[in-house]
Amino acid sequence: MISGLRRQRSLHRWEPRAEAPAWRVMLVTLAAVGVAALVVTWVFVAYGVAPGEAWATIVRRTLLEPRGLSETVRKAIPLLLAGIGLLLAFRARFWNIGAEGQILAGAIGATAIALFTELPGPLVVPAMFLAGMLAGAAWGAVPALLKARMGVNEIITTLMFNYIALYLVRWLINGPWKARSATGFSYSERFPADAVLPTLGATRLHWPTLAIALVLVAVVALLLARSRFGFEVEVLGRSPEAARYAGIDAGRVTLLLAALAAGAAGLAGVGEVAGIHRRLVEPTQLSLGYGYAAILVALLARGKALAVVPAALFLGFVFAAGDVMRVSLRLPSQLPDVVTGLVLLLVVASEPLTRGRWVRRDPAEVAVAAPVAAPVAATVDEPAAGAADASAEGGG
Amino acid sequence: MKPEEHLQPRLSLRGIEKRYPGVRALAGVDLDVFPGQVHAVLGENGAGKTTLMHVVYGLVAPDEGSMTWEGEPLRLRSPREAIARGIGLVAQHFHLVERHTVAENLALGFPDAPFWRPTRSLLPRLRAAAERYGLALDPRAQVRDLSPGERQRVEIVKALMQGARLLVLDEPTSVLTPTEVDALFAVLRRFVAEGSSVVFVSHKLAEVEVLADAVTVLRRGAVVGRRSAADGLDRRDLARLMVGRDLAATVADRGRARAAAIAAGPVRLRLTDVRVDAPGRAQRPALHVASLEVRGGEIVGIAGVAGNGQSELVAVVAGLRAPSAGTVEVDGREPGSGRRRRGARNQVDAGVALVPEDRTKVGVVGDLSVARNLALRHAHRRPFARGMWIDWQAVARHSQSAVEAYDIATPSTGTPARLLSGGNVQKVILARELDRDPGVVVAVHPTYGLDVAATSQTHERLLAAAGRGAAVLLVSEDLDEVLSLSDRVAVLAGGRVVATMAAADADPEALGLAMAGVAA
Repeated sequence: MISGLRRQRSLHRWEPRAEAPAWRVMLVTLAAVGVAALVVTWVFVAYGVAPGEAWATIVRRTLLEPRGLSETVRKAIPLLLAGIGLLLAFRARFWNIGAEGQILAGAIGATAIALFTELPGPLVVPAMFLAGMLAGAAWGAVPALLKARMGVNEIITTLMFNYIALYLVRWLINGPWKARSATGFSYSERFPADAVLPTLGATRLHWPTLAIALVLVAVVALLLARSRFGFEVEVLGRSPEAARYAGIDAGRVTLLLAALAAGAAGLAGVGEVAGIHRRLVEPTQLSLGYGYAAILVALLARGKALAVVPAALFLGFVFAAGDVMRVSLRLPSQLPDVVTGLVLLLVVASEPLTRGRWVRRDPAEVAVAAPVAAPVAATVDEPAAGAADASAEGGG
Repeated sequence: MKPEEHLQPRLSLRGIEKRYPGVRALAGVDLDVFPGQVHAVLGENGAGKTTLMHVVYGLVAPDEGSMTWEGEPLRLRSPREAIARGIGLVAQHFHLVERHTVAENLALGFPDAPFWRPTRSLLPRLRAAAERYGLALDPRAQVRDLSPGERQRVEIVKALMQGARLLVLDEPTSVLTPTEVDALFAVLRRFVAEGSSVVFVSHKLAEVEVLADAVTVLRRGAVVGRRSAADGLDRRDLARLMVGRDLAATVADRGRARAAAIAAGPVRLRLTDVRVDAPGRAQRPALHVASLEVRGGEIVGIAGVAGNGQSELVAVVAGLRAPSAGTVEVDGREPGSGRRRRGARNQVDAGVALVPEDRTKVGVVGDLSVARNLALRHAHRRPFARGMWIDWQAVARHSQSAVEAYDIATPSTGTPARLLSGGNVQKVILARELDRDPGVVVAVHPTYGLDVAATSQTHERLLAAAGRGAAVLLVSEDLDEVLSLSDRVAVLAGGRVVATMAAADADPEALGLAMAGVAA
């Protein structure tokens, strides 16, 4: 034995787990959020703001004061809608990055109904929601069709569709739909009163959208847990090969999922124009990056539909806290983006921690190190033809 | 130059043993390879040839046994050590970077190549090796543009440039055209004429006969015979050794007793003029079956070397892909005809069961529970489906009874399938596929990698399914299995059924020859 050739083995061994217990997942997620909070605290200090006072202000103005709380919930509405849709899409490994564009498409659909149809009063709002949902679904169905029929990577197409939607809105409010009164900023005409959503008291909380969002979350939770469609989504997401064997039409399921997800995002767009702005406005004001933040909502919820509610509320808090930092603490307006970015990074990075743990190696095991881990050590003669293909993972 | 008895072997293996869970891949193999010799290692798929070559190349550490290299003890911890000694391997599947040029791929095999412009210093050596053995290669060509034969040439040149004195080729001709095979043999002859050695792994008798100086035949991990070219190589003799002569004595009786009953049974599976085109090669379809019928109660074994149309046949019958032309009828009807094609679901509804080749990736969803896997292919129907909803209680009840009936060892029906052993995963699949009395059963390598007990249970289940009137199509590379279970055997070669015979009368020699693509 030539002992000098042997590599030093570490004293710990990674032990994968069969099933991550729920408490561990929650603990890891909370720890990730906690680390993000620590980094933000450091940013406060770096900007010369007393961290204790800063946090107190933020908590008071986003959670304790009624008006602040309503802002937090209001910002959670589009995140709920887009987030539950993305959760559904991600369950089947359809990596939809296009919720932002689908929100804008929904807003366009709602605006078209609000400004250019002559429906009787009580029908206007339902028609707007329907149109917004269909517009969003259509926007999301194109990349899904491209993926199902031609295998085009949906990450690229959904992302690019965001820009198409953004410039489409810009063209509309600068061109055919531009308000006569608009001089400096561009926007559309104001919606008639029938096309505006009621809000809760003096707040900007447009409760009909919130109600729709909560119902949708419940419906998706039920679909995933109890329906044939939910089972097909589950199988497809975990093993596309087994799904084909099980007779699941991957193209149809993907298309349906993508349309559902995008339709939900479209509803979020309706809520923003009909509940907040009351006209079609500049796309970056219309959606403050809700479509991207919704990706984080879906990831934080880790596949559990009902967990979207706390996840969306948390992100709503981050958005509302961003306003407080900007207005009350006079911190740069980019800071909320830093926070969402940090949380996203930490949540994704902490994912492996839910799937196993480090355990101390047996000292004897360290001493008697096995020679070399051969890459094909598990192969018994000619591996069966299908086993050679390791590129089964979908989604890239 | 022929090896003499007194010559020292270049490579010598003694009592090489390798066990995997449930399989004895190598059972005490001895092998001597002399300088100037082409030594063929002959055996069916699964006989242990590749494992043995991985041992020689340092990819697999044997559990027992010893090796010597030119008289000195040889212990290999990695392929790098094997290369350093002068052992080169041309694997069955090439290990080349598609988007790199030939020269760049070669440079990857040389750790001492300079960091900057690593390919430049190699070019003279490449040219020398190419001229010496007649291996023409364009060093600037991208590997992805090369034919399989040219890629193999790159691998051979790589091994030669690394100074190989023993070249191991694992099924080298499986991807080659006849002309390329001739060229390869010329190179190998030139190589051994210089006193080097070749280990030629194959199951093709004709090639072994032409090329080999010595032959070692493996069956089920053990050496069952040795032959030398000096004493003359006989193809029939080798075929008998490879396949085993003690075949299926019991089948004859069973076959005759059942033949009458089967002849009276209805045709449950009928393929007519079924063609599956290979991508980009319309003139040579991957599968072309003019006619294949399986009657109720009958087991038809599909014998053949992997890659001769088996996977296409299975996919077409099970509905995983649509044939390019022709019809597949189940009980006289094409599943799903008259409506939109729904893939495998049509077949499931028509009563076609499939025990797939890849049981862990295709046959079950590893992350899902045993209960859900037991319902995997039937979740859209009663009793599991109620309209658009799934009755999970019905799924749970069914899983309880299936676990008992099929003796599935699992902590609970809620356990993820990936935690089960291979044998128990197969039981889950069999329980799901056979429990509903399917009309047609397709079983692909149903006992591959299983231990003896699980194997015999699987066999019993398949026989019982046939006994209940199912038409069974058994695809296996294990000829013993095919012959002992089947009533009839069809041999696939080049995508065509080249021979059909009653299993009871099947002559192993004729079978082996047909499988190897040799007209008997």
